[in-house]
Amino acid sequence: MPIHAPASHALTDVTASDSTLRRFLHGLPGVDAVGLEARAASLGTRSIKTTAKAYAIDLAISMVDLTTLEGADTPGKVRALGAKAVRPDPTDRTTPSTAAVCVYPDMVAVAKEAVAGSDVKVASVATAFPAGRAALGVKLADVRDAVAAGADEVDMVIDRGAFLAGDYMKVYDEIVAVKEACGTSSRLKVIFETGELSTYDNIRRASWLGMLAGADFIKTSTGKVAVNATPANTLLMLEAVRDFRAQTGVQVGVKPAGGIRTSKDAVKFLVLVNETVGEDWLDNHWFRFGASSLLNDLLMQRQKLATGRYSGPDYVTVD
Amino acid sequence: MSDKPKNTEKAEPRRLSVFKTYKLYVGGKFPRSESGRVYEVTDPKGNWLANAPLSSRKDARDAVVAARKAFGAWSGATAYNRGQVLYRVAEMLEGRKEQFVHEVADAEGLSKPKATAQVDAAIDRWVWYAGWTDKIAQVVGGGNPVAGPFFNLSSPEPTGVVAVLAPQESSFLGLVSVIAPVIATGNTAVVIASERSPLPALSLGEVLATSDVPGGVVNVLSGRTAEIAAPLAAHQDVNAIDLAGADDVLAKELEIAAADNLKRVLRPQPVDNADGVDWFATPGIERMTAFLETKTVWHPTGSLGASGSSY
Amino acid sequence: MTTENMDKQPSNTNNPSSSTDKQSSGMNKRSSAFEYAPAPESRAIVDIAPSYGLFVDGEFTEAADGKVFKTVSPSTEEVLSEVAQAGSEDVDRAVGAARKAFDKWSALPGSERAKYLFRIARIIQERSRELAVLETLDNGKPIRETRDADLPLVAAHFFYYAGWADKLDHAGFGAHPRPLGVAGQVIPWNFPLLMLAWKIAPALAAGNTVVLKPAETTPLSALFFADICRQAGLPRGVVNILPGYGDAGAAIVAHPDVDKVAFTGSTAVGKEIARTVAGTRKKLTLELGGKGANIVFDDAPIDQAVEGIVTGIFFNQGQVCCAGSRLLVQESIHDELLESLKRRLSTLRLGDPLDKNTDIGAINSPEQLARITALAERGEAEGAERWSPACELPSAGYWFAPTLFTNVTQAHTIARDEIFGPVLSVLTFRTPEEAVAKANNTPYGLSAGIWTEKGSRILAVAGKLRAGVIWSNTFNKFDPTSPFGGYKESGFGREGGRHGLEAYLDV
Repeated sequence: MPIHAPASHALTDVTASDSTLRRFLHGLPGVDAVGLEARAASLGTRSIKTTAKAYAIDLAISMVDLTTLEGADTPGKVRALGAKAVRPDPTDRTTPSTAAVCVYPDMVAVAKEAVAGSDVKVASVATAFPAGRAALGVKLADVRDAVAAGADEVDMVIDRGAFLAGDYMKVYDEIVAVKEACGTSSRLKVIFETGELSTYDNIRRASWLGMLAGADFIKTSTGKVAVNATPANTLLMLEAVRDFRAQTGVQVGVKPAGGIRTSKDAVKFLVLVNETVGEDWLDNHWFRFGASSLLNDLLMQRQKLATGRYSGPDYVTVD
Repeated sequence: MSDKPKNTEKAEPRRLSVFKTYKLYVGGKFPRSESGRVYEVTDPKGNWLANAPLSSRKDARDAVVAARKAFGAWSGATAYNRGQVLYRVAEMLEGRKEQFVHEVADAEGLSKPKATAQVDAAIDRWVWYAGWTDKIAQVVGGGNPVAGPFFNLSSPEPTGVVAVLAPQESSFLGLVSVIAPVIATGNTAVVIASERSPLPALSLGEVLATSDVPGGVVNVLSGRTAEIAAPLAAHQDVNAIDLAGADDVLAKELEIAAADNLKRVLRPQPVDNADGVDWFATPGIERMTAFLETKTVWHPTGSLGASGSSY
Repeated sequence: MTTENMDKQPSNTNNPSSSTDKQSSGMNKRSSAFEYAPAPESRAIVDIAPSYGLFVDGEFTEAADGKVFKTVSPSTEEVLSEVAQAGSEDVDRAVGAARKAFDKWSALPGSERAKYLFRIARIIQERSRELAVLETLDNGKPIRETRDADLPLVAAHFFYYAGWADKLDHAGFGAHPRPLGVAGQVIPWNFPLLMLAWKIAPALAAGNTVVLKPAETTPLSALFFADICRQAGLPRGVVNILPGYGDAGAAIVAHPDVDKVAFTGSTAVGKEIARTVAGTRKKLTLELGGKGANIVFDDAPIDQAVEGIVTGIFFNQGQVCCAGSRLLVQESIHDELLESLKRRLSTLRLGDPLDKNTDIGAINSPEQLARITALAERGEAEGAERWSPACELPSAGYWFAPTLFTNVTQAHTIARDEIFGPVLSVLTFRTPEEAVAKANNTPYGLSAGIWTEKGSRILAVAGKLRAGVIWSNTFNKFDPTSPFGGYKESGFGREGGRHGLEAYLDV
């Protein structure tokens, strides 16, 4: 039984029925893969130096969703991560905090405690992450658990099986239901697992589907499959949020996740943001990096800029 | 090989030279034979030169796995990139020319000038094929003027993994003349070196490893040609076989085995004279086309609008 | 256009940043924008001498009459060097040297000629950053382009034709095709080294010797190329470089001992050359002007089409003969496309060509700037609507802001004349037939673009266009294996690919 969209934007008709939704998504302009990748690569050649680099590194640090999503996570590990998120570089207090820590639902309470008193948010993956293969009831319970434990943000995965089978309304209804379970206090990030959607046309359709259903953020990947965030799929999603705002007035955030490990990579993504959607998104309310090892590389680069010496892994904390 | 047995007999060496251990070249690495066995390699007069690995069928199997794994990226590389890589092989060989002159002279019992001519020609052969990578499609492919509203284009594509029996007599020029055309077009190769003179082939592996040729694109095995060739000819994941180094009897046997999965077979080249095949002759394109498939794509063109109007 | 001047586009984003409920200023909000600090490529990599001679018979020499001219950097007007100016006596000497060198050069085995060309290709690759900086200084185009487009293509071109030198029998022109003799080549200033490569590589591969005149505003990279020929050990006289003006070019074209003329440049000069060689046995190829149509259908991949339009007209400041200078957009998506296009133009970065983040460099010369300015003014005077992004132009040097004209019809001068600058004329069409009719409605026929996701439409439209190069869902793509050249008044003959050999062989 379809759940009706709460969305109050200009595109409500689109989600009136399965066939209107399908027609709308299939009517989106196509994506030429070669052209898209060439544009992403060309922006990747921007040379970001000195003051611009310092700005970008601090901005990137402030956008990190510092993540641990392992079967072996323990309260100790999560507390350490929380401390690192609040104060990434204990030797330099001017270093910004990260945007959030990202954990499994059962670790939310621990994480909340660890970041208490700071601006750092707690994000929780839910909805049977990463596969998303569970009954809707189970997924919603997962979300409610996380929200009840105090998650500021919920990172859900879409049902890729349903999407690839063309059952867009099922995917839509599920997002709407999860959004409802998030209530008004938690922001919802919708993960498409772009590596499994495989084509750029699908990524564009999924982006619009997610935004129509009320996503606060659209996110590339779980970090658990072979292909995660790439400059091209992130560029495509940035184009989608840009066009969605142009049509509806609603601004949606973007989160590339997985595979972004170096400062150089992170800066390239920020260039994509800067030259595709501009300043309005250059803020951790609207753009995030889902990453773990990226933070230490950013910190080492930051130290290099401050001291003029190349830093080494012994001079950043391992948490 | 230069200062192995011969020199030690003549003058008192100032120092004891270091012998090289010859190893196989498989998947970009230099393993010993899985069999743990070696065989003696001698010059035409019977003087010992070195021990070479005696490859087993398992080595052949491993080499096919490596070649298959390398095929996707190598066949997917641009023709321009493959040309650059092949040219790099020529550059690297030029720098190690002396070594190959010695090895070829020892292996084939040639004078230094004759061996030099062989190596020079082999280097130039890499250059020849480096130039072919981005031209063969223009020579054997093209648009076809079909009688209908269709765009129709034929292009060559590499067939896959090619087993190559290197010529027995020409240990280096012959070897290069059969490897280069196979990989120029994007195939990957499992090469069985000349049984009697495998050392230049094994050394070529070292050059390929430092020439930007991705690991697995060329795999070099030494040992008994017939023993290694049999499992390759029967292998279901090998797409083609070049029988250059097989005698008539072996060639027939292998061609029969190859029929099982319809491998493309390139039969031994007819001999030019009493000395066998003249590997100095400028090659044609046959050694490339033997291992190319032709793919033809149709696409409707139609007219511009519903009216069917046309200019 | 640098970020500080970024034009905030009035788009249909009804209420941008403030409309959404969750937009509570964000956490850790940063006040400053992401401004790219200057990132200049080092000039130190290139050592420009205060003066250069002509390169004749393997030596640098002064002009017979001692004349020199100055070459300046268009982005700063700084004098880069003083260059000997070839006159007819020098042309005579250079043709003589080329003639003398021809017998031996053409008699070399193809495989040996190939190796010379491979050497040149490799040295160009080795020195490519130096040459990129030099080209940027002398031409004014952004280092991003010389580094990522010009130089890689130059090396690739030599690499490709090197491979043909010993394979001419396979090129499809019969057995043992013979070279023509001495090739006289005159090239333009928009891609100085690339045009040199397009001319010299196939000529040498086929066994000809050459006398080449670079443009008077961009002689330096050709003279550096002369040095590369020396490093490669190329025999004397095989390549001769004569910097100079139109009179030197005319002398080369008219020289009785020149067997082949190749020219890239304006259609007017091309016609003059065609008249000059009339009645001789000289073989001629011409690569001339264009007024390329970039046709965007309503089912195009729109974001990529916008990039293609930008590349089509703003690559090299639009100083490209195959530029997509006429945008033909299907009326049903005109407004939406124009809005995207304007938003995109506002992110272009104009300025110091040596800055690695510069997208738009300087116009090559004051003469060219005057021509572009005059034609743009004509566009306005004829009633077209002119638009440029907010854009501060540097005070020194020759600059022109990216410009687009809407409400343009076939009758406007800016829809008919080649502007050869960063000026796009936007026209509309309703049906594919109309698009093709308008695209073909020009004496030129060099290039065209087609943007649609529908394959059969691409092929149907391409089939009807009278142009030598058709790009679909891409634009301004070049490759040494791909023939390039025009229909109609855009010239004749093809450069690049197997077809490019024909111009230098007696077939």
